[in-house]
Amino acid sequence: MNNKPFIKRALVIGGGIAGIQAALDIADGGYEVILVERSPSIGGHMIQYAEVFPTLDCPQCIMTPKMVEIAQHPNVKLMTYAVVQKVNGSAGNFEVEIFQKARKVDVKKCTGCGTCWQKCPEKVSSEFNAGMAKRTTVYIPFPQAVPAKPVIDTEHCRYIHYQQYMAGKREGKKPPECRICEKLCPVGAIDWEQRDEIIKEKVGAIVVATGFDLMPLSRIPEYTDDADVLNGIQFERLLSPSGPTAGVVMRPSDGKTPKEVVFISCCGSRDPEHGVPYCSRVCCMYLAKQALLYKHAVPDGQAYIFYIDTRSTGKGYEEFIQRVVSDGVLYLRGKVSRVFREGDKLSVYGADTLSGKRVEIAADLVVLGMAVVPSDGTKGLLTKLGIAFDEAGFVVESHTKFRPLETSVPGIFVAGMAQGAKDIPDSVAQGSGAAGRVLTLFAQSASADKALAVV
Amino acid sequence: MDLAYYPGCTLKTRAKNFETSALAVMSALGINLVELPRWNCCGTVYSLAEDDLIHHVAAVRNLIRVKEQGKNKVVTLCAFCYNTLKRANLVMKDSPDKRFAINTFMDEEPDYAGEVETVHLLQVLRDDVGWEKIAGRVKHPLKGLKIAGYYGCTLLRPQSVAIDSVERPTILQDLLKALGSTAVDFPFATECCGAFQIVNNRDIITERTSAIFGSAVKNGVEAIAVSCPLCEYNLRQTQSSTKQPQSGVPAMPTLYFTQLMALAFGLDSAVCGFEENSPETRTWLKSKRLIS
Repeated sequence: MNNKPFIKRALVIGGGIAGIQAALDIADGGYEVILVERSPSIGGHMIQYAEVFPTLDCPQCIMTPKMVEIAQHPNVKLMTYAVVQKVNGSAGNFEVEIFQKARKVDVKKCTGCGTCWQKCPEKVSSEFNAGMAKRTTVYIPFPQAVPAKPVIDTEHCRYIHYQQYMAGKREGKKPPECRICEKLCPVGAIDWEQRDEIIKEKVGAIVVATGFDLMPLSRIPEYTDDADVLNGIQFERLLSPSGPTAGVVMRPSDGKTPKEVVFISCCGSRDPEHGVPYCSRVCCMYLAKQALLYKHAVPDGQAYIFYIDTRSTGKGYEEFIQRVVSDGVLYLRGKVSRVFREGDKLSVYGADTLSGKRVEIAADLVVLGMAVVPSDGTKGLLTKLGIAFDEAGFVVESHTKFRPLETSVPGIFVAGMAQGAKDIPDSVAQGSGAAGRVLTLFAQSASADKALAVV
Repeated sequence: MDLAYYPGCTLKTRAKNFETSALAVMSALGINLVELPRWNCCGTVYSLAEDDLIHHVAAVRNLIRVKEQGKNKVVTLCAFCYNTLKRANLVMKDSPDKRFAINTFMDEEPDYAGEVETVHLLQVLRDDVGWEKIAGRVKHPLKGLKIAGYYGCTLLRPQSVAIDSVERPTILQDLLKALGSTAVDFPFATECCGAFQIVNNRDIITERTSAIFGSAVKNGVEAIAVSCPLCEYNLRQTQSSTKQPQSGVPAMPTLYFTQLMALAFGLDSAVCGFEENSPETRTWLKSKRLIS
């Protein structure tokens, strides 16, 4: 049927915790693996978190060894700042085109000394800090980034703007020529001539681990757009010792310590009116954890959690919720109808369905457990891969119970949030599971066509 | 341009000033609102029961009257009429079974299949006229006046008939800006006024008015522009100090958006019928030298 040799080499798309785990397990299994990540560093969302439930580990501590292992593993080829743009072929013989965005930095020369990103004068919103802080335009996203080599954000760089202006491709005021990074780089690593590249690779199996984003706040206009209304990831950054406030909990609007904080569960999730009928699965736990961390940071503060029902089904999760309740976090069973600013406070109108009363809270800070949705661009990628996805954009597994990691295309597997909402332990388990499926496929490859023909 | 116009009962009784001001400002914009030669009650807010088709009949009859005029669009001023006609039309357009039942029941009328689009005057102003043209027609900008739009419920709910974002509408603010005023957004712009509870439980309306005006005052609002005759009635009735001395509701002028347009356009204030507004409104208008 197919006489081409079966390529025992894998591609993992997405460098979050699921993709990292999948790549490491395949590499440890003795096969080469290419890990493609579109942002400048691997780490995904997990590296943004302050502490993770239910054990309150620090993700920077438990995750960075895995990230470094990716960078150093002889079987791993890491490609950051790159996206998969085309896939052809079938199991054993996929031809993949990877678009490598120009970093404008020669990674072979760069030592990661940090001079450029300390001196760059142009600052824009930091993705890693979820817009809560600024970063420079030549940057590494966060101090533990892997690779620890910067990229130049060509959309915002002054010199790039200058070049575009001089070429007549940009209107308005003439931007400064800048080039400070180039002037200060001790090893001459800034490379303005570096161009985007298309790199062709051949692999035998693919793991999709493209993760999630949070539903934008604008989808729930009744919860207002206000500096003191944060989504879950933003509040993680506010709690994180590596965050914009070095872990000091303060209101973004005025820097004051918030004394009344309201956490709202199911913002968009379990709510077909807002387009997401499913449960996001992580919000109950992370909001409980955030409320607890807030109480640790501000012991005389009051935390309220509005919930529909608390879903704490993981190992050790219910015990964790009990701890949060006994530590004084107030749970209110009901939904919030609106949040709006009233002077110095945010008015939160909700219902406590257990007492049958309307509740109005004058809050200093509101944290929204926004629905998780497939990461931006997932549908486009899945379409290129030719694999089935559901209405929300999550990958449809080939059998929900018995083939949970297989997609509709043989040889392409799925792990982590790309398949549906899940927590870190499940994402890691799926990452390992998908790697196991890849290794099995490689082991069977002599009779792979036969094996794949069996349904 | 001529547009078919469905007035509804309130515009002929308790909200005459809404109608006279609307006809005058639209005429100033070159649009004639041509009242349907024959119309009946819109049916008002009918029962929400799924099979309660009888309450759609009145609305559908009106839509058939529009079609008879060779028109496929009808304008309303009353927010309730808008809601009723629009929702009845959606039933006729989208539910074949219900359409069949209603058409069969009204055997004296020609069959109707949802061909007439119902629009509220605010939509005409936004979509057909445009804010720029309205701003261009302004002779006396309402400069410095902090006015908030109050939407009520029936222009925005349910979502299937909403003329703007359900939760954060801007259409009234956009109009107020075009008239040169300082349009103020306030959190209670879409809060319920209490609607028909005015009939049997006035306290609810007083509480609602108090909350709405209280929020407006906190946000520096000096007058409220309304689009619904029932909202206007409720807000006016419960704030009037002579009728509710102990209500504690702050004085807050309430005007139809068309009255503000007439003032900004420099039309004869007689078209506004301000004698129908609350005494607080007239006092405020005088203090701002908008009327003498």
